[in-house]
Formats: sequence, C-alpha cells, structure tokens
Amino acid sequence: MRRFLVPLAAVTFICACAPSRSSQKPTPATGKDSVPEVGLGAASTPNSDPFPSTYVRFPSAPVVIRNVNILTAAGPVIRNGAVSVAEGRIVAVGATVDVPAGAAVIDGAGKYLTPGLIDTHSHVGAGGAPGTQANSDVNEATNPVTAQVWVEHSVWPQDPQLPRELSGGVTTLQVLPGSANLIGGRSAVLKVVPARTVQGMKFPGAKYGLKMACGENPKRVYATRGPSTRMGNVAGYRTAWITAEGYKRRWDKWNKDKKGDPPVRDLGMETLAEVLRGNILVHNHCYRADEMAQMIDIAREFGYRIRAFHHGVEAYKLADVLAREQIGGSLWADWGSFKMESLDGVKANAALADRAGVRVAIHSDDASGSQRLTQEAAKAMAAGNIAGIAVTPEQAIKWVTINPAWQLGIDDKVGSIEVGKNADLVLWSADPFSVYARPEKVWVDGAMLYDRLDPRQQWRTDFELGFVPLPGNVNR
Amino acid sequence: MNFRIAPVVGACAVVGLFGGLLSAQTIAITGGRVYPVSSAPIDNGTVLMRNGKIVAVGANVAVPADAQRIDAAGKWVTPGLINSATQLGLVEVGQIAGTRDDAARGRDNIAAAFTVWEGVNPQSTLIAPARREGVTSVVVLPSGGQLVSGQAALLNLVDGMASDMVVRAPIAMFAQIQSAQGAGVGARGELYVKLRELIEDTRAFSRNRGAFERAETRDFAASRLDLQAMIPVVQGRLPMIVVAEKAGDIDAALRISRENGIKVIIGGGAEAWMVADRLAAAKVPVLTGAMNNIPGSFTTLGQAQENAGLLRRAGVKVIIIGNAGNGDEETFNVRNIKQEAGNAVAYGMTWDDALRAVTLAPAEVFGVADRVGSLQAGRDANVVIWTGDPFEFSSRAERVFVAGREHRAMDRQELLTERYKTLPPGKAIPSR
Repeated sequence: MRRFLVPLAAVTFICACAPSRSSQKPTPATGKDSVPEVGLGAASTPNSDPFPSTYVRFPSAPVVIRNVNILTAAGPVIRNGAVSVAEGRIVAVGATVDVPAGAAVIDGAGKYLTPGLIDTHSHVGAGGAPGTQANSDVNEATNPVTAQVWVEHSVWPQDPQLPRELSGGVTTLQVLPGSANLIGGRSAVLKVVPARTVQGMKFPGAKYGLKMACGENPKRVYATRGPSTRMGNVAGYRTAWITAEGYKRRWDKWNKDKKGDPPVRDLGMETLAEVLRGNILVHNHCYRADEMAQMIDIAREFGYRIRAFHHGVEAYKLADVLAREQIGGSLWADWGSFKMESLDGVKANAALADRAGVRVAIHSDDASGSQRLTQEAAKAMAAGNIAGIAVTPEQAIKWVTINPAWQLGIDDKVGSIEVGKNADLVLWSADPFSVYARPEKVWVDGAMLYDRLDPRQQWRTDFELGFVPLPGNVNR
Repeated sequence: MNFRIAPVVGACAVVGLFGGLLSAQTIAITGGRVYPVSSAPIDNGTVLMRNGKIVAVGANVAVPADAQRIDAAGKWVTPGLINSATQLGLVEVGQIAGTRDDAARGRDNIAAAFTVWEGVNPQSTLIAPARREGVTSVVVLPSGGQLVSGQAALLNLVDGMASDMVVRAPIAMFAQIQSAQGAGVGARGELYVKLRELIEDTRAFSRNRGAFERAETRDFAASRLDLQAMIPVVQGRLPMIVVAEKAGDIDAALRISRENGIKVIIGGGAEAWMVADRLAAAKVPVLTGAMNNIPGSFTTLGQAQENAGLLRRAGVKVIIIGNAGNGDEETFNVRNIKQEAGNAVAYGMTWDDALRAVTLAPAEVFGVADRVGSLQAGRDANVVIWTGDPFEFSSRAERVFVAGREHRAMDRQELLTERYKTLPPGKAIPSR
C-alpha cells in the first residue's frame, strides 16, 4: 500500500518566489532563446565534453500515420490529419500528406497523435528500482554545495523504470541530482531509449542543467553543520557564486592571454563558471513565492539566469514576476501539504501561471507520475477551467511537450509536431487527456520503440529478465 | 453516537447543530442517469433524500410537493465515493510530526489496541477538498508498518467531531507480513511464528481472563489491551487487513487465515494477480490500486496496473485504493481515488466493477453496506451529481451530499486561488 516518503528520494521538490514590487527592475524581454546558444565547450577547460553522447538513432523505415487527431503543440488540433516521418524527422504534417514509396502506413482512426512527452524533473536511473541503498545515487548529501557532481555518473541504464517511462509516452527526461544540497550538481538530458551506457542515452547537443534547491531540504539535511536556516541557505548560494566569479575571471583571463600556467582546475567551479557564461541552464527547486523572489535577486546579483523553478507550488502567487523574468515553471498538478513549504499547493497553479505568461511544464519528480503526464496535465487543465481560467487541450499539451523542451533548451529539436523536428511521437488510443487513454505506439527519432500490441516491441531491461513477472495476456 | 454533545444539550440540538436544516429537508434529484451500484443504472431516475437518508430511488418515484428539486438532466448520479486507505484527518502536514496521529508506538511492534479514529482531526483542511471531488466516506488506517499497527474505521465526511463521523469502528485490524524488520523480527519465517504466538496468546487470554487478572498465567507476547483487541480477530468476527505484496506473502496470509479461522483482507497485493485463483477460492478480498507498475522493491517486483482487472476477472472482490506511491494519496489527494478507478478501467477492469470497487465493494467488505456504498432506500444520503463520467478529468462533482447535507463553503485551496487570481493581490483580500 503506501510507500512512505523516503526523505531524500522523494523530497526533491523546490520552488518559491517572492512577489516583490519593490526594486525589481524589469529585465529586458529577451525572447525565448535568451540563453546564448553556446556549445558545451568554450569553458575553462581543455576538455569541455568529457563524456560525449554516443546516441545514434535506431534504424527505421519511413512511416505515415494518417486519419489521426493531431495535438501538435504548435497550433490548433488537426482533426483526421496525417504526419509523415523519414530519416528520423517529421517531413510533413497536415490534413493529408503524400505517402512516400516504401513507407509504412498506420491508420489512426479515433486515435490521437502527440509529440513525445518531456519530463523536466526525474531521478529515474539515479534512484533505480528496486529501491535499495546500493542503487540510491540521487543525493550527494555530503556537502551543501556539490557543483562538482554530474548526475549522469549515477544513471543506471538498466533501471526498469526507464521502459515504463517510454510506455507512458515519455521520450525525453531531465534527470536531476536531488534537492538535499543548495547546489546539487549537473543534470543530464536523456533520450528514453535502450542503451548499454548513459552516454548512449544522452540527448545530442543538449545543454547541461544545474540543480539548485531552496528552502527546507538543505536546511534539514545540514541542520547540524549548517546551513540550518533559510538565511544560511542564501549565504551559501552567494558564497559559492562569489567564488565562482573569481574562478571564471581567472580562467577567462588565461584563456585570452594564455600566459603562464593555467589556473588549477576545480570541477565545481568549472560548472558554476559555465552557468555564469550562460552555457548551463539553472533548474531551481523552490516552493515558496518569497524564496523564488530571493533566488531571482541572487541570479541578478551574479549575472546568471534561472531557466525554471521546479515544483513552484506557489508559482501562482508570483506568476506575473516569473513571466516578466522569463522563468519557466515546472509544476505538479496536485501535490501539496507534505511539508510546510508545500502547504499552499492549489490545483489551479499551472493554469494561473500559464495565464500570466509563464512557460508552464507539468513535471513529475516521480517515476510513477511521469508515466501519466497527460493525466496530470488533464487534472491541472480541469482545475483551471473550474477556477474560471479557460485552458484548451492545445494549451495543456504544451505543458508536457514544447514548454518542457524550452526549459531544457531543446525546443528547436523536439516538443512539437512540425516539419523538420525530430520524430518523437506518441500514438494514443484515445484523447490523451482522458483517463482511459493509453499510448499504443511510441517513436523516438522516427523509430518505433514501443508497441503496446506487440510484446516484441517492448523494451525490457536486463534487470527485468527473470526477476519481473508480467501479466500473461496483454497490454504492455 | 453523539456523545460529545448529547448529554449536554440533547438530541434535538444535535440535529440542529450538525445535521443542519439542509439535511432535514426533503431533496429530490431528478432527471439524471442514476447509478445505484446495487442495481442496474436508471435513465431519467430520481433519488429522494430526507433527514439525511435516501428514501427512494427509481424511475417512477413520486416527489413530494415540499421537496427541493435538483434537476440533474444530462448528469450522472452515483453514491459518494469511498476511499478505503487514507490517513485523512490523521496527517495534516506530512513532515511535521506534531500534525501526525497515524502511528502508535505499541509494544514490540504490536499495537492492536490503537484506535486510530479517535485521533482524527475533524478540522483538517484536507477533508473539504476530498469531499468536494466526490469522496463522502473514507477508511482511516494506521500507517505504522508494524506487525499489527492498530484498528481501522470507516468515516462519513460530515461536519462535527470524530465521533460524529464514525460510521463503524473498528472495521478491521491492520497488520502486515511483508517486512520482517517492521515486525521486529529477522526473517519471514520468524514473522509467522510471532504472529502465531500472538494468536495463541490471544486465545489463551480470552479463555481465562480471570487467571490473567490474578497474574496466574505465563507471560504473553502482547499487552493486555492488545490481546483484548485481538479477540474479535481470532474469533473471526473482525477482519484483519494484512498488507502483503509478494505472491508468496499473499499465500502465507491465506494459510494463516485457513489455519486460524481469521478473516483476512489483502492490502497492497502487488502480485495478487499471480495467485488470483487462490484468492478467489478463499473468498479473500484485495485492496489494491491501478497506478503502479514499478518494481519498486523486491517485494513488489510483479507490480502491474492490470492487477485489479485480472483479480476481478478471476472472481476476487476488489477494493480500489491509491497505490501510485507518491503525491500523498492518503491525505492531500484522497480525492484522486477516481483517477485510480479510471486507470483500473484503462487496464482491463470493467467500468461497473471499478465504480463498485470505490463504493459498494468496500461497504460490503467492511460490513457497512446498510449505511453507505449504494443508492438505496434507507442508506445514508451520500450522493454525488457529476457533470459526466465520474472517472474522467473533464467531469466535475457538481453537487456533493453527505448524510443529506451539502457543503458549499470554499475550502482553503479555493480561498488561496481566489486571493491570487489578480496579481499583485489587493489589500481587500477575501478572507472567508
């Protein structure tokens, strides 16, 4: 029955902003791609990408899915439309498309097609199932600032939660370090595909994220050694950024002059310097509105940007500020009350934030909820409608596709059904916002990697073989 | 039983205070598609309520002239939903120990005497949101994880004190046999020994109370009050919910039941589908969910969303509870029981069975079918009018009656939503 909230695995939430109408100078509207498109390199080190992606898309024949309702995340729903896929990309979308010679044709009568879903907040792989201390690799809870760790080094590609994500229609995941620390380390953006190594799952070209955490978790975890208060938390962030500024300055100078020995490398400072250069996106766990506002001020003090607040249980209280600052919100549909900073959770949070102009993502922080992102979005959409804030399916689908793609900086590649984009697609048995809908087929870069009706097209991890029995008949 | 007020002001005042004028009214819900659960659906049906009870349900019910009529044309009318595994009113803020009354200390991992419902906080801010979304009754369970964690009760979500809410208490003893550590022993085999010892000692205690009082018995494995609480269990009068996830653990629960004449209900039952025929043969019900397929521990490797449907197909009585394992389905999201039921349907259960699994099935298993779980004359007027299929996210519980009374005050979450609909919030903040 109940699985008890395990302090660190489950307590990964964060968010909080403070509506301050005082000194916040509106930052210039910088547009959605305000974070400079700098590659992984250009950093302080001779080797800026030491664990490069080895992902190669699976071979696939051209396919046309037609007679299907398409939620494109880029415009109105296309009723009984068609999508054509070749070479891993979407080559045509519309009421009708040409069927190339040799293409497989799938009839989607009565069904729905959406982009592959994207979850900005997962610990899958790092906190593997079955949950054991041996496979608990989410929180490096040994120091409040562990900018030096990279969560990809914790990811176990045989975690049986991964194929379940895929069968839930999730094709891209951001795996984050936990929220025990003020600065928890680098995230990894992964494609949900079978692979022997984490490098084989890494989303080519995706920027790294940096996990930061506000509020209760760090002060609880470090209560005896500090920080033990919220003011201690803030001092901790600022101290780290001050050190990072100096580090960046020394390296920038050396990179320019190349005079003498290079400065000594520091893994953690390298990561923070890359944030200051705009090459790593900040994902900030924060619940409360007042704390979110403080984090915004800290970011301004040191000249970095927060890409998204995660959990943001009180985003609705500060939605105008978040919108103005171009900070996304990775939110739950209906979590709250499990801790003091989550006390003010309301189901209309996503709708209220969206209405104010915040790029809202429905995230999971939970391997179970992650498999039902459209159900979560459906609850948040319904709550908005009940509260008098009209939310359409066209808008709600963005919460689990293009908006999370933007938060991860990969919205030019995935997150919508548009010509030229990667062919990450989900064919649903019914309206994906219905409780009865299930993914029937899932494509990643044009290759069908899950077919509910064909057990041979269902990925099983090494762990599952012999360990995990399946209901005999059907359905997965 | 209203022992809080009755001695002071008498029964009439009790009705006035808690039953309220609304429940004294006669209310007729007409024109809706009515799902009594105990019988076939009725198109254009009428549900007539008076004094907090249902007095008639059918296609041709005469509506008294003085009745308040509610037009439910195009709507769905069902019994109020029952969530059968909650800590509603027992846990307010999960991480704040001072707001938790869900686990007894017990003695040596046995807390059979723990009457968890007596600690229910009727002022909990989480009751109203559950009720607003169509949940009118809950089972409150201890969440101890000990060998025996205490007793469960079934409550109606009426206004009043905990004693006003109780429909029946206890409805079951709550135990687990899947974690040796939780039971305070080293291995499964030792856990069964400890449970047998408790059962034998309860029998011995029950046979000769006098000797016990004279201190003429050997030492027993549990305290006097725990042994006393176990008597109806070993006599087969009070069922025992046994949390067991692994197929082997479930079979062990069946064996314990057979050997000792104990009425067992399986809780959790992740791998129950693997022993569905045995459960059906033993007529043992299962409390399980439909939103978990993760082999989250070595006791739940076979966890499958198809579980509920497969069990039902084998003839097992199924009660749907929350099992996604996060999002606080026992407190903040007690309301999500309808999502759980909808997912059961998506994974193979019939819709009718899923509705039954959150209404009449728990009422029958817990011995309160004469009070709740169906729309029939004589039952408590726990009735919900839905804008559509209750399990669909796009549907809304438009009107919710508990014991004939409707609750329309805004709950805390709605007040917060209203306060921040316009930003920045003004000075004239709506407070209540």
